[in-house]
Amino acid sequence: MSEYLIQAAYLAASVLFILGLKSLTRPDSARRGMQQAAVGMLLAVVGTLLNHQIVRYDWIIGGLVVGTVVGIPLGFMVPMTAMPQRIAISHMFGALAATLVGVVEYREAAGHIDTMRMGALGFEVLFGALTVTGSFMAFGKLQELVPSRPVTYPGQNAVNIALFAGTLGLLVWVVLHPLAGALFYTMIALALVIGISMVLPIGGADMPVVISLLNSYAGLASSATGFAIGNNVLIIAGALDGASGFLLSVLMSKAMNRSFGNVLFGAFGSPVAATARTTEGLSVRSISAEDAALQLAYAKLVIVVPGYGMAVAQAQHQVRELAHLIERHGGTVKYAIHPVAGRMPGHMNVLLAEADVPYDRLYDMEEINDEFERADVALVIGANDVVNPAARSDRGSPIYGMPILNVDKAHSIIVLKRSMNPGFAGIENELFYDPKTSMLFGDAKASLTRLVAEVKNL
Amino acid sequence: MTAIDIVELYVFVLAAFVGYQVITRVPPLLHTPLMSATNAISGISLVGSLVAAGANHGTLSSLLGAIAVGSATINVVGGFIITDRMLKMFRRADKIDKTGAPRG
Repeated sequence: MSEYLIQAAYLAASVLFILGLKSLTRPDSARRGMQQAAVGMLLAVVGTLLNHQIVRYDWIIGGLVVGTVVGIPLGFMVPMTAMPQRIAISHMFGALAATLVGVVEYREAAGHIDTMRMGALGFEVLFGALTVTGSFMAFGKLQELVPSRPVTYPGQNAVNIALFAGTLGLLVWVVLHPLAGALFYTMIALALVIGISMVLPIGGADMPVVISLLNSYAGLASSATGFAIGNNVLIIAGALDGASGFLLSVLMSKAMNRSFGNVLFGAFGSPVAATARTTEGLSVRSISAEDAALQLAYAKLVIVVPGYGMAVAQAQHQVRELAHLIERHGGTVKYAIHPVAGRMPGHMNVLLAEADVPYDRLYDMEEINDEFERADVALVIGANDVVNPAARSDRGSPIYGMPILNVDKAHSIIVLKRSMNPGFAGIENELFYDPKTSMLFGDAKASLTRLVAEVKNL
Repeated sequence: MTAIDIVELYVFVLAAFVGYQVITRVPPLLHTPLMSATNAISGISLVGSLVAAGANHGTLSSLLGAIAVGSATINVVGGFIITDRMLKMFRRADKIDKTGAPRG
């Protein structure tokens, strides 16, 4: 009887998870849908506790209490600017759970496990372990515990391929000979090393792809857990997670003009040859806050282009305040969000939403690119490569072919920038030398505060 | 391969298919909440962890199981809370004006 109850709970949970994800297609239904998904999770947990295999509760209660005590602050207290590293570390926790379940399962069942289950178990610990260290490295880079620049050494790709091949070889061996315990644990150790070496060569601006990819791996590890222990709700939830991460990595790599194979094998972030056009002999026009304020205050349409620089300076509240003042002067303010702006998919949208920018003013690249030619001012805040016209015109540029925001089509452009240092890709940006462009140098937050004060004085 | 394994494979393929179809329609606007939502949902490993921790294996297995329960619980609790926190912030222009948020 209890088996039927458990399966009914799992089925209900699966349906609620899918409905929860479906609710995310519309911002106004999303919150409710996800609350229903949380109910689904509760059902699944309660259902599991009816399982006759569970005979003691001390370890369970310990785990639940510790997890809740750590999870609540991770939910309530992490600031929105820290969202990329927050997500990275939770991929680690998810993968850790999957890996440990796999290890326990192996310890208890290795003697009487069929080849299919053992294969699933092998995949589970393999994907799980490499996601654990990979996510931790990503977290460390985003939190700047380790250098966020790409770390490379000669022969890196060969080493990685050898590692990967060796681990796959072990996987095959262990699946055929489940009792080879030492090899099983060696495989886990190698997978842990792969996770590190996979993320090491990746720079900060490539993080959206990496985080999405690790999301997908964590999901696959959960799904493999489901196969290993014969549990459908795990298979379903893991597949949803895996599909989502996969889709996001494809979208992100498209937005960065990298092939998906390039992403899958982690061979990105390699230094680029500086064959691009130089900007020697061109000059930059800088502008005072007074003049910039005047231009903004009397503009009919202002398109704001936020980038990672805005997040670093935590300037989103000042952006919103400035936008509000422009609107009071009768102008319209729209926000153009590039898919890879920031350090994770959709990061800019969350930051701006937090600063009370209504979501119907936030536009995707495709939605807004045709509007730049009607914009009186394009205000670029801490964005660089995603507005570099070289991506369109300069075949020698490393970012050639990457879809960009058509900022250079606007009537005039104001760029808020700390200094003339080139962006992540290390390439000059012609946009800054465009005669229509004026540069307002300084910290984004300080500059915006000055702009707000100036517009108020008009 | 037993019959049960084939059914599980069906379940996996169909779930991945449904997931792909649904998630393709999530706008880029909500990609960060999407990621934290799938994270919370992948906390379903809790289901496997509970069995590992409570099945009265040896001490080491139970301990590993308990760590798994803890890790998965962090994702479930933290994941659903933070997703809700984010989704609460996404409001239309008319809603914000009514609640009187603008300053200055």
